[in-house]
Amino acid sequence: MAEIKIVDGRGSFCPGPLMELIVVLKSSQIGDVIEVLSTDKGSANDIPEWVHKVGHEYISTTEDAGVWHIRVRKAK
Amino acid sequence: MRILIVGGGMGGTILANSLARRLSSELKSGKARITMLSASEKHFYQPGLLYLAIGRMTPDELYRDQASLLEPGIEFQVDPVEEFMLDNNCVKTKSGKIIEYDVMVLATGSRMFPEGVPGLAENAEFFYTETSALKMFKRLQSFEGGKVVITVGVPHKCPMAPLEITFMLHDYFKDRGLSDKVKLHYTYPINRVHSLENVAKWAAPEMDHLGITYDTFFNIKEVDGKNQILRSEEGVDIKYDLLIAIPAHKGMEVIEKGGLGANGWVPTNRTKLNMEGRSNVFVCGDTTNIPISKAGSTAHFEADTLAENIAAMVKMGTPVREYDGKVFCFIEAGKDRATYAMFNYLNPPDPKAPTKAMHWFKIAYNKLYWISARGLL
Repeated sequence: MAEIKIVDGRGSFCPGPLMELIVVLKSSQIGDVIEVLSTDKGSANDIPEWVHKVGHEYISTTEDAGVWHIRVRKAK
Repeated sequence: MRILIVGGGMGGTILANSLARRLSSELKSGKARITMLSASEKHFYQPGLLYLAIGRMTPDELYRDQASLLEPGIEFQVDPVEEFMLDNNCVKTKSGKIIEYDVMVLATGSRMFPEGVPGLAENAEFFYTETSALKMFKRLQSFEGGKVVITVGVPHKCPMAPLEITFMLHDYFKDRGLSDKVKLHYTYPINRVHSLENVAKWAAPEMDHLGITYDTFFNIKEVDGKNQILRSEEGVDIKYDLLIAIPAHKGMEVIEKGGLGANGWVPTNRTKLNMEGRSNVFVCGDTTNIPISKAGSTAHFEADTLAENIAAMVKMGTPVREYDGKVFCFIEAGKDRATYAMFNYLNPPDPKAPTKAMHWFKIAYNKLYWISARGLL
């Protein structure tokens, strides 16, 4: 399995987990998997919504001890 | 202990001055030494660019001689680093000097990078350098009406700047009697008008009230200058007459080329502020990859933490405190009203309704900054 890039957005109110994901996706290769860590439960909705809108691949969301782990794959 | 500070911006300067005061006896005895390397003999007050771009400050108000801001005992050299040799605890400067250190702080800052988006650099106005801010102001002066689009890339320096320039432009055109002829349109990368939820909750109704329209989930893909169209990654096209951009930023080239961090951002421990994998290299301000605002106040509060810790390392051999993610940002809500946002890793901000008093506090801070840079405020 390819290495998963971690975007640690815990405790990030500004710019926030989604903005951090956008930055990392820009410098990633097509096919790369990125896992966002967020303590903001809003990320569990915001990130899949944006990923769908822009045309990347949403993989999964899990929650562990107040931290949401959201995985996406760069598709374009 | 030889302390090397790379960068003479807000973070590096506050840190150097605070350290020099904490270590005054050690500097006199030779037990400690502070060297600052900078690319310029001038200190540049970057937040003033927002005002320069709308004709409310002049360039001379943004500069001081860097040497005049530094405490006695700090060795200041205008000789930027060209190569980092971390395994040997030394750097090589532009003049060819090798400078060794026991502790190094990277405070090299960031720069706008509009070249990363096709068509953006050629077709948009910016306010992140003196030259671009002056150019933008001249463009505004000659603008007599049409659709002004304010668009935002990530990551960018000063998270409040997109909102501030939008509200300030509204008042600028209103004062010129052009409210009926100018249409302001704002775009933002995520699904609200600002990354801070509470700031967005305040700003969106403010925009609605002022007649400013907006697109969210809008990440700049390219600019078609010939047809004056801004295109997003999400597939939305916006026609513009005047395009103003808060472009994505990068860290400094020397960091990127030296392999210290992708895109010039150095991997940094979010509480200890050391470079990941290095116990004697610390990072301050925009240079970190910490997921918090790239802002002067971030650099300021990180510098406070680092000054306390590095002084303690000299005196006791160990750091004493952690950075809690504190950020404080003024938010200009037009030409004469402002509010603020203060937050850290655990507590989100709760901005209040804008007031004239907060605006005048910000205007006063534009002058007080020079005391702040000395590490006194």
